[in-house]
Amino acid sequence: MSRETLFNAALLLGLIAVPAWAVMTDEPFTITLATRAVILALAAAGLNIALGIGGLVSLGHAVFFGIGGYAMGILAHHAQSYTPLMEWPFLIEGTKFMPLIWLLAIVVSALVALVIGILSLRTTGAYFIMITLAFGQMFYYFAISWSTYGGEDGMSIYVRNDFPGLNTLAPIQFYGLCLAILVVVLVFSARLRRSPFGLALNAARQVPARVEAVGMDPMRLKLVAFVISGVITGLAGALFADLNRFVSPTMFSWQFSGEIMILVILGGVGRLFGPVAGAVTFVALEHFLGGITEFWHIFLGLILLAVVLFARGGITGLVAGKEATHD
Amino acid sequence: MSTILIIEQVLNGLQSGVMLFLMAAGLTLIFGVMGLINLAHGSLYMVGAFAAAAVAGVTGSFVLALIAALAAAALAGAVIEVAVIRRLYDSDHLDQVLATFALILIFSEGTRWVFGSFPLFLDIPDALSGPVTLPGGIQYPLYRLALIGVGLLVAFGLWLLIERTRIGIQIRAGENDREMIAALGVDISKLYTLVFALGAALAGLAGALVGAIQSVQVGMGEPVLILAFVVIVIGGIGSIKGAFIGALLVGLTDTLVGIFLPEVLKLFMDAAPATSAGSSIASMSIYILMSLVLIWRPSGLFGARA
Repeated sequence: MSRETLFNAALLLGLIAVPAWAVMTDEPFTITLATRAVILALAAAGLNIALGIGGLVSLGHAVFFGIGGYAMGILAHHAQSYTPLMEWPFLIEGTKFMPLIWLLAIVVSALVALVIGILSLRTTGAYFIMITLAFGQMFYYFAISWSTYGGEDGMSIYVRNDFPGLNTLAPIQFYGLCLAILVVVLVFSARLRRSPFGLALNAARQVPARVEAVGMDPMRLKLVAFVISGVITGLAGALFADLNRFVSPTMFSWQFSGEIMILVILGGVGRLFGPVAGAVTFVALEHFLGGITEFWHIFLGLILLAVVLFARGGITGLVAGKEATHD
Repeated sequence: MSTILIIEQVLNGLQSGVMLFLMAAGLTLIFGVMGLINLAHGSLYMVGAFAAAAVAGVTGSFVLALIAALAAAALAGAVIEVAVIRRLYDSDHLDQVLATFALILIFSEGTRWVFGSFPLFLDIPDALSGPVTLPGGIQYPLYRLALIGVGLLVAFGLWLLIERTRIGIQIRAGENDREMIAALGVDISKLYTLVFALGAALAGLAGALVGAIQSVQVGMGEPVLILAFVVIVIGGIGSIKGAFIGALLVGLTDTLVGIFLPEVLKLFMDAAPATSAGSSIASMSIYILMSLVLIWRPSGLFGARA
């Protein structure tokens, strides 16, 4: 077993052991922190597919996170106020049923990722970064001016949504649900990397011309990766909104896009468990440094600078040594 | 809808466009010469505004405040160039984005630490306060008119600097081939520091000038930064001319669509939904403009590299 596999196993074990310990010692806040870390890891795992395998530096992934959040917010808002979402041409009611909320989050994220992807992938490099950033901002301002759903103030949901067979109000059960989704997505990512599609995508990142020469369209590969990536981040957004029972335009903010990217880099770009390591570290830093000083972002900035300048492989790189899949 | 209102709004659009140009010019210059994406450019804008507000608070002089803004932003720019940015020229864009994002975190929280979370205020100097009557009997704030003038003057000065001076030749040569001009005996790292400090000073100037009509607060730079990105994507990255035209386009679109779209929609629908739909679309208008330009020309209006 390689050191990276051991490290990943230790991480996963920690994600099971720490909340289990928190249940026994009755510390619900620790479970909330862990849930936050798992959901952020999910959002970053989404970006890791576009960024780590496809090399697409998207600074607008908060768009999908926000769409997931608003999918939950809008459906639950209509369900709790007993007003239909739409009466014409056919009746659509709100719902508190999580799988349906996720379905909406996934479908809308996929469509938006497709449109943003088609427009942004016409360009590369610096243009791509700035354009994804600008699209993120477009959604942010749209959410602010969308007064039907709270505008700048966002929306609160009174009770967490339902999942069949679970009591989602119990923190540990909701945590288990989120962790299960994260594991499914990680297994999916691991298989994706080894699939013909993942290998072709990896090649399209490194030498697009050769991929084209063997008869594949690098742009199409990247577009599919961008859509998959957006869908996963969108799902994370729906869960995040459910965790806080609150959605607001800040879920669309470009600072959040930057944060998702920090999670990926902190953990190690392109590593399977990089997003998990990054998210756990981020939440721990936020909790402990944030407890010491309200200016903890200065230290986050310094740590990030140090990682970028001196530790390119992130935490996974430090612990497990080289073997980076991203060059 | 009167002609006076239209002219006023066009002037407002020009004013915001010209200030946007000060930001975009620095960004595009830094990208063109050094190939660096600088997210921290908005922080330099904020540094300029805070320096101006602090100096104006102590001395009461607007001129001294502007000098302080230029100096503080140029100094901050030179310091981060030497300490951090210099190591990023050969890195990929991802590293540049992250490192400059880290700089934003440090600058924003550092400023909050020093000045607190409450906004500061910078007053318009007495000589430039109050309205002025334009031909046609239009009342317009003199200060905003002065901003348009300063912006155009800076744009002209920048053109002179780049097209007509020795430094300008070196900058243009640096855009094309950095090894070659280093081989010709130009101290390339000094030139880079200079270009970065120049871009920073322009951002600081914009921050101080706009700070007098808006409040000076932490985070004020980022919305402007993103608008400036839209500007240089539209104009073509690396092109100062593109930045100028893009800035005016964005400034005018942003201002005019926000005012007139709801009015136009009212011709077709009820007043309340027209206002809300109009303001929603208006907030997205410049991004729609950007998408249209990109569909037409993926590397911007005047972009050389795609």
